[in-house]
Amino acid sequence: MCRSAEDTQAVLDWMATEEYKEKNFAREALVINAPRTCQPYGAMLCALGIEGCLPFLHGSQGCAAYFRSALTRHTREPVPMVSDSMTEDAAVFGGQANLIEGLRNAYTTYKPSIIGMFSSCMAEVIGDDMKSFIINARTQGAIPEDFPIAYANTPSFVGSHITGYDNMLKGLLNSLADTRNGKWTNGRLYVVPGFDLYAGNLREYKRMIKAMGIYMTMLPDPTEVLDSPNTGEYKMYQPGTTMGELADALNASGFLFLQKYSTAGTRKFVNNVQKITSETITMPIGVQNTDAFLMTLQQMTGKPIPAELEAERGRAVDAAIDAHQYIHGKRFALYGDPDLLLGLVGFLLEMGGMPVHILCGNGSEAFTKEMEALLATSPYGAEGKVYSGKDLWHMRSLLLTDPVDMLIGDTHGKQIAKDAKVPLARIGYFMTDRVHLHRQPIIGYQGAINLITTLANTFLDEGDRTCPQERFEMLK
Amino acid sequence: MIEDILSAYPEKPQKLRAKHIAIKDEGCSCAIKSNIKCIPGLMTARGCAYAGAKGVVWGPIRDMIHISHGPIGCGYYSWGMRRNLTSGTVGVDTFSPMMFSSDFSESNIVYGGDKKLAQVMKEVKELFPTAQGISICSECPVGLIGDDIESVAKKATKELDMPIVPVRCEGFRGISQSLGHHIANDAVRDYLLGKKERPEEVGPYDISLIGDYNIGGDAWASKKILEEMGLNVKNVWTGDGTTEGMMAAHQVKLNLIHCYRSMNYICRHMEETYGIPWMEFNFFGPTKIAESIRKIAAMFDETIQKKGEEVIAKYQPIMQKVIDTYRPRLEGKKVMLYVGGLRPRHTIGAYEDLGMEVVGTGYEFAHKDDYERTFPEMTNETVIYDDITEYELDEFVKRIRPDLVGSGIKEKYVFEKMGVPFRQMHSWDYSGPYHGYDGFPIFARDMDMAINNPARFLIKAPWNKDKEV
Repeated sequence: MCRSAEDTQAVLDWMATEEYKEKNFAREALVINAPRTCQPYGAMLCALGIEGCLPFLHGSQGCAAYFRSALTRHTREPVPMVSDSMTEDAAVFGGQANLIEGLRNAYTTYKPSIIGMFSSCMAEVIGDDMKSFIINARTQGAIPEDFPIAYANTPSFVGSHITGYDNMLKGLLNSLADTRNGKWTNGRLYVVPGFDLYAGNLREYKRMIKAMGIYMTMLPDPTEVLDSPNTGEYKMYQPGTTMGELADALNASGFLFLQKYSTAGTRKFVNNVQKITSETITMPIGVQNTDAFLMTLQQMTGKPIPAELEAERGRAVDAAIDAHQYIHGKRFALYGDPDLLLGLVGFLLEMGGMPVHILCGNGSEAFTKEMEALLATSPYGAEGKVYSGKDLWHMRSLLLTDPVDMLIGDTHGKQIAKDAKVPLARIGYFMTDRVHLHRQPIIGYQGAINLITTLANTFLDEGDRTCPQERFEMLK
Repeated sequence: MIEDILSAYPEKPQKLRAKHIAIKDEGCSCAIKSNIKCIPGLMTARGCAYAGAKGVVWGPIRDMIHISHGPIGCGYYSWGMRRNLTSGTVGVDTFSPMMFSSDFSESNIVYGGDKKLAQVMKEVKELFPTAQGISICSECPVGLIGDDIESVAKKATKELDMPIVPVRCEGFRGISQSLGHHIANDAVRDYLLGKKERPEEVGPYDISLIGDYNIGGDAWASKKILEEMGLNVKNVWTGDGTTEGMMAAHQVKLNLIHCYRSMNYICRHMEETYGIPWMEFNFFGPTKIAESIRKIAAMFDETIQKKGEEVIAKYQPIMQKVIDTYRPRLEGKKVMLYVGGLRPRHTIGAYEDLGMEVVGTGYEFAHKDDYERTFPEMTNETVIYDDITEYELDEFVKRIRPDLVGSGIKEKYVFEKMGVPFRQMHSWDYSGPYHGYDGFPIFARDMDMAINNPARFLIKAPWNKDKEV
């Protein structure tokens, strides 16, 4: 196939047209460069947040290899997890024998204090009943009668990784939390971060809540799994939400959900079934979202917002004003998970940035409406259009037919950013081609400063790299 | 030591796992169990048939579109995660850096996914008219619900006028990625190989390079040596490979195979069907490169043999300089490997060129014939392990305390946290190439960097140093 440079250019030119964009958006079945993945991945992250918990995939071992590799590549941390290695015979006879033997071996060898079990699409298609298999494993003596196991069904052909996170979280509460003890509470606020792969965010949440003087439990808490110290000794289990805290969860004084779309089912369970006071906020990205976060904490606990956090706010506002000229009026395209996008768009609007293409691979109709309402609150949102359920090849068409100044998203966007000749600000999951970004918070006032710094300096770098000599200045 | 390590398991896995571990000694019969099922609940590094077929063999064929047929996850995780470099323009004549999925929903599971697949392929053709073919790599549910992807492919081949290849590589098939390689080879044989003739006559020096996936540019480094020897590399299987190249791959004089495990099947087939001889070679480290150049040249005439010697002579001083630089820093260092494919044995020579010693090695998904090839490469007292679990590998490293571990991404940070230097030997730790004369200087630099980087010595806080035992 000797394609000439002219032929190649002709194809590229055609791919940048409105006509191609229409063809591209008319697609019904094919997904190209998906900005989302499957349920068990989120379930694994959730299970890893419980101290001493071994995630256990009921299904084919290949999935476990993929999930572990994916999280390891983002965090540069070890990710322990087992599967029960189902193969053809399990496909025919069901996976009970694998599950029971797998539990026996994992329990004896890795000495977990709890197991969080979830299913692959294989186990779901053949209709395996994890609940009764686990009961049989106990009666057969594969694991002790009282060994704690939480389980969740996480079919890969329904929802996305955020659905799996939600299902596993509900599974943990359903399977392992003690029943609510009447009106008595343990006086602790339970804070649910949602699907968030930033260790920096989780640390920042805890720091801010501690500064408020609030007793809290993060549920689940994968902070250390996402970023553990190097001590010269490998520990398979990192600190996280303890078994005791999980067991006592339904006696919480309240639940605060820091994301909405990755916790929908758990929220229903906590609110409607367990009748626990709960609040849900938009991810506290940017100054105003962080204000709302702190005010919600204040309202839930009666604790005042301390001067040190107000001073941080002042610094973030100072940073915003200092750097507003580099972001004001700039056009942005963004993609990512629904909760992340709502936070980011709020941040851009308060900086005078213009979110133009907002693409969400796992966005629902409710998300679209919520995002549209958010855009309508600001003149800078006037051009913003929401694309739920679309992928990065759609985004490529948008970038080429209606150009922007910057793309915001994860590593997977680097090819289309290159094609569209716009810089990519790496925010989201996964970041496999840059180091340590997940260690820096993007939430809270410090996160706002980090985002402003990243966006402004990326524009400035891009300008220096591409400007003609006569425009090359020391002052910017 | 082995018994002690395995004693952490319940009785059944203790017995089973003991058969997969051996220590080489004089007169050793070198029997080791391999290519059997993983034990449920024990952390294995193995992947699945889909990973072997789509992730390894088909994915690097650049001008075809490889559809991950089923739920979104498998396509997502295998997207760009093997470093198969390709030439060409993305979206026009290379699609390897992209991901394509039929993204099954619940209704596809209930009603079947064949209709959706047909629609997916139609959309591929409309959006990427320059694509040269399509492979359909099926994920677990496709086989379980009994979809007939073969007949959908057959129909679409005619309608869309290009080769469309159904690859039955559902993840639950077999016991590791190994069956996926075999299935992928069979699909190449049935749907591509021999379907086209090259316009020009087959020359006496036309060869194929097989089982090289161009990780970090490896295939390009190997190709360079072969071409300097005067051979014409007509096709690489499958790193930076093309559909046309694969279709006409039966028109060569010799098949040179690098990754024996993943592609010996097609070599045997071509030998039986087209009478093309095949041979294994190893381009890791100057000693093995020179040995392989001579072995390859011996298959041809004096012209090639003479050129082969010239190539060796040209690069030998450059390689010697690399050795002179790094050997003093690496002499006597002990290495433990645990990788897939060919690397647990092929890279040994490169370590030895640097004065290093491989004291433990093993494969994720090898068969008996791989171990037969491995044992002779090893010195006595080397520990050899098959499908080692993460627990066993940790224990071996803790007890043997090698100076370097070479394994995969899932293992990397476990050992870094232990303070043991590590290199990813599946992906060259985002470096490379490691093959050929281009690769050895990089290999040597990287091993030195892993072992001697000063940051490693920061692990113990100075105020705790005197507490060290």
